[in-house]
Amino acid sequence: MSLLDTVRDAAGRLTGHPEPGAVPDPLIGKPGAIGRSLPRIDGPRKVRGAARFAAEVPADGLLYAAVAYSAIARGRIAFLDTTAAERAPGVVLVMDHRNAPRLKPPALFMTKPQAAGASDLPIMQDDSIHWNGEAVAVVLAHTQEQAEHAAALVRATYEEAPATLDFEAAKRRSRHPDSVMGEKPVLEQGDAERALADAPVSVDLIFRTPRHSHAAIEPHAVTAWWEDGALVLHDATQVLNGVRWTLADMFGIAEDRVRVLSPFVGGGFGGKGSLWSHQVLAAAAAKLAGRPVRLNLSREGVFRLAGGRTPTEQRVALGAREDGTLLSLIHTGCVAMTPHNNCPEQFTFPARHLYRADAIRLEQSVADMDMLANTFMRAPGESVGTFALECALDELAEKLSLDPIELRRRLEPERDPTSGHEFSSRHLLRCFEMGAERFGWHRRAPTPGTRREGEWQIGLGVATATYPYQRMPGGAARIVLNRDGRAVVSMASHEMGMGTATAQSQAAADRLGLPVEDVTFEYGDTSLPAGTIAGGSSQTASIAAAVAAAAAVLATELLKLAGNDSPLAGLGVDEVEMRDGGIGAREQPDRHERYDSILRRAGRDELVADAKAPPPRELKRWSMHSFGAQFCEVRVSAVTGEVRVSRFLGAFDCGRILNPRTAASQFRGGIIMGLGLALTEETQFDPRSGRIMNPSLAEYHVPVHMDVPPIEVVWTEQPDPRAPLGARGIGEIGITGVGAAVANAVYNATGRRIRDLPITPDKLL
Amino acid sequence: MNPVSYVRAADAGAAVAMGAAAGTRYLGGGTNLVDLMRENVEAPSSLVDVCGLSAAIEDTPEGGLLIGGAARNSALAGHPAVRARFPLLSRAILAGASGQIRNMATVGGNILQRTRCTYFYDDAARCNKRAPGAGCDAIDGFNRIHAILGASSACVATHPSDMCVALAALDAEVMLSGPEGERRLPFEAVHRLPDGQPDRDTTLLPGELITAVRLPPLAAARRSAYRKVRDRASYAFALVSLAAAVELDAAGRLAEVRLALGGVAHKPWRARAAEAVLRGQVPDEIRLKEAAAAELAQASPLRDNGFKLVMVERLIVAVLSDLVAGNAGAAA
Repeated sequence: MSLLDTVRDAAGRLTGHPEPGAVPDPLIGKPGAIGRSLPRIDGPRKVRGAARFAAEVPADGLLYAAVAYSAIARGRIAFLDTTAAERAPGVVLVMDHRNAPRLKPPALFMTKPQAAGASDLPIMQDDSIHWNGEAVAVVLAHTQEQAEHAAALVRATYEEAPATLDFEAAKRRSRHPDSVMGEKPVLEQGDAERALADAPVSVDLIFRTPRHSHAAIEPHAVTAWWEDGALVLHDATQVLNGVRWTLADMFGIAEDRVRVLSPFVGGGFGGKGSLWSHQVLAAAAAKLAGRPVRLNLSREGVFRLAGGRTPTEQRVALGAREDGTLLSLIHTGCVAMTPHNNCPEQFTFPARHLYRADAIRLEQSVADMDMLANTFMRAPGESVGTFALECALDELAEKLSLDPIELRRRLEPERDPTSGHEFSSRHLLRCFEMGAERFGWHRRAPTPGTRREGEWQIGLGVATATYPYQRMPGGAARIVLNRDGRAVVSMASHEMGMGTATAQSQAAADRLGLPVEDVTFEYGDTSLPAGTIAGGSSQTASIAAAVAAAAAVLATELLKLAGNDSPLAGLGVDEVEMRDGGIGAREQPDRHERYDSILRRAGRDELVADAKAPPPRELKRWSMHSFGAQFCEVRVSAVTGEVRVSRFLGAFDCGRILNPRTAASQFRGGIIMGLGLALTEETQFDPRSGRIMNPSLAEYHVPVHMDVPPIEVVWTEQPDPRAPLGARGIGEIGITGVGAAVANAVYNATGRRIRDLPITPDKLL
Repeated sequence: MNPVSYVRAADAGAAVAMGAAAGTRYLGGGTNLVDLMRENVEAPSSLVDVCGLSAAIEDTPEGGLLIGGAARNSALAGHPAVRARFPLLSRAILAGASGQIRNMATVGGNILQRTRCTYFYDDAARCNKRAPGAGCDAIDGFNRIHAILGASSACVATHPSDMCVALAALDAEVMLSGPEGERRLPFEAVHRLPDGQPDRDTTLLPGELITAVRLPPLAAARRSAYRKVRDRASYAFALVSLAAAVELDAAGRLAEVRLALGGVAHKPWRARAAEAVLRGQVPDEIRLKEAAAAELAQASPLRDNGFKLVMVERLIVAVLSDLVAGNAGAAA
């Protein structure tokens, strides 16, 4: 991958280990701040209302924006009447394609190292319409209410063009995408279809998952202004540097003329992992008005302008011997996409790495539709892919009269089944053991539909969870060591509520041998060293690798400063470690000097170390994945078909857990989102109009408190020797396997297999 | 939202004096009307806030209750007399919306809340209720939540209230005050079927204000239940709901039976056909299924909502069986 190989291996050079992952991180197994349940550093500010989000940033002369949306899916604006809107009280201007600043189209994500466009459609540059709900005008007014009233007065008539709005019809013209997040869309090992046909036991099943919309508590928002031709954008984003680079490219200005700030994000889940049109529209409107502009999307606006998870139709076919071992594993299917984005929902990824099979066939297709670009949504691919794969495995286990956990035990591979690489660390079966014991798996009735309390049928289900380890290239960190021995560690990274600042303060403290109180972690601002996307569960490792590289540079500089009057004199950087507030010789407890002592003697107020993270070459050498086992108990009403999840347990193998408190919250949050995927969430995309018909939290059903049972989370605590800190990411794995665990539990309760999500009461009558 | 003028009414007379003007709407808790104004579905030019009017909940001489139109849903659901004598009403209210919404919503406003049909809410869709004569995109669209009874070719929307289903079962009366004076309407006569005029949800005359709801005494209400089937455990509108009250004679026959359905029609649906089958009978499963079949004889399901027929039958059988057996309404 061209993205990976551009950055100098700073840490490797300094430590003598050129290959990332070749030697385990020395922090693994070292006692310190890592592993402690520190409360969130950002917590008090959020509780007091002192944390300032993008829609709360004050600005002199601020104008409020509201969006008018298209009512057709494809065609052109025949006539746009903005006169009533312009005359409405408080309106300063109306921007549409006729007066919007001229802009290049956004560079699509993955086409350039920093490209972050969710789509490469031009934004408000002409009269063409590409999806139902696209912005046709932006109204700027003195108050939000005035802007919204005026936006409702914008009148558009359209010349409609034929549009592809029906997934069923679009599927008939499906195609292979160029790549599936860097992987080939077709993978074949042996003749899997033949092996399936010849297998003594087999299942061959179709699964469907619907569209999902993002529903973070904070709707997408920006406050933007221009200063002497430079753009300042306060954003709610997961991809600061990508937003900066892409906006600079669109507006034709140097990258350093754009500053993006995003210190707090009220939930991202992938929905804020791209540059969407609203950020561009706010920056363009601010330029046009010559004043600061706030564009705070309404909930409807989030549904219309920021994409979600695309629908999938998946086939899973498994051919097995009588002992359960697989002769054939087939996972194929199609998702909806557009010609203007590249997000093919990598649902075949779990099947690439989970199970041993003699022959494997994986294939992903996309069906082009005229719709808002779909995007990342917590474990894109793995969330819905594990639903299909893990339900199919449950059906196969039943045919084989095997316990579903026993079947998975028989399929455990020695090496990665498709890459052939050695696993860096894999303890999937331990997850099943831990989970089964704590959850009381032995209480599961092997015959479905046999446990009942009154009208409530009770069932247990299980499924594998999995998500890849990822580390993004391009990150850099800075460490500023002060004269009093404290450190400020900085990187343009993201805090979306998952505990970045807290966990990274702990990690940096251990890296530098400081108490956590003496470390400040700065983030959320592109004026800091470049961060990477907070996505793909990659940010923790990406930051840690950059901070480790900067720490190595710092150590080198400190040894130079220490000079010959120090107990460290004569030591090389490979012979020292950072401990006890300073630098010490390895295995020589007495040879040590504190940072403050070194800096004072050198007459320095501070010492600054910058470094880039080494490229993530560990990904090429090892198969690096997290694993888990999801256990679910449901109660299904025999009267109404209502499903209530009564207990849930997730057992996870994600390497070292940096902060049990924030980690448990992430795991639980993922599981709760998985309950929505399993039982309630579906975006209604009307195939006649391409209109999303339920753009509100009243009608788009995310789980409410009463839908969420007690959720227990446990983990293996096995450090990954190939990952920085020994830790793999944990943000996404929680949602994986949940849909299947619920569906398998519903089957165990009722004897009904539901293969299309969500499992609403009508499907169980 | 359009700019709008706002005034608080001191009493019903003042409210009605102002409320008759064109473009004026009465404002209760605002939990539905304000949403609709923000969605540009409703565009009144002035609002008369009636939250200061009577919110009292009082015994009537004949043993019923008189409920002020401004009583908050939470207050009504939690009132000891309601919980003791009309428990199905309390349960119905608590099955609706969220705690915060119930704290704001008034009884009068709840009665007048409008459908949750998604095509009604979206001004890019065709809707005869929002724009008479425009057509209906729900009939061939997403109509899983729509009506199976009493719909028309112009409209298949349902009434969303839970409270109103209980009021329909209880033979409530609605007290109205308007420019032409005061009158009372039996609850079943308040809401109408869509026919060719789905823009009219109710039979209220222009400027009429709901001042109170009167509940007659009903011994059967002590043995009553409200059960709601929904897509999530809370904060979701009913797919189907059932309010039921029964009184048994010494031989186990139904001396009195009241049934009303929610989520099935343009109005809270008093299931009189089912009641007629059951009254005076021993409500065994066969009889209960007959009752459901009688009620559903005229049902006409749409593409996505045929399951509601099964759900109605299941609810009637389960809820009445539970009531007869002396169990409170089964809930999750």
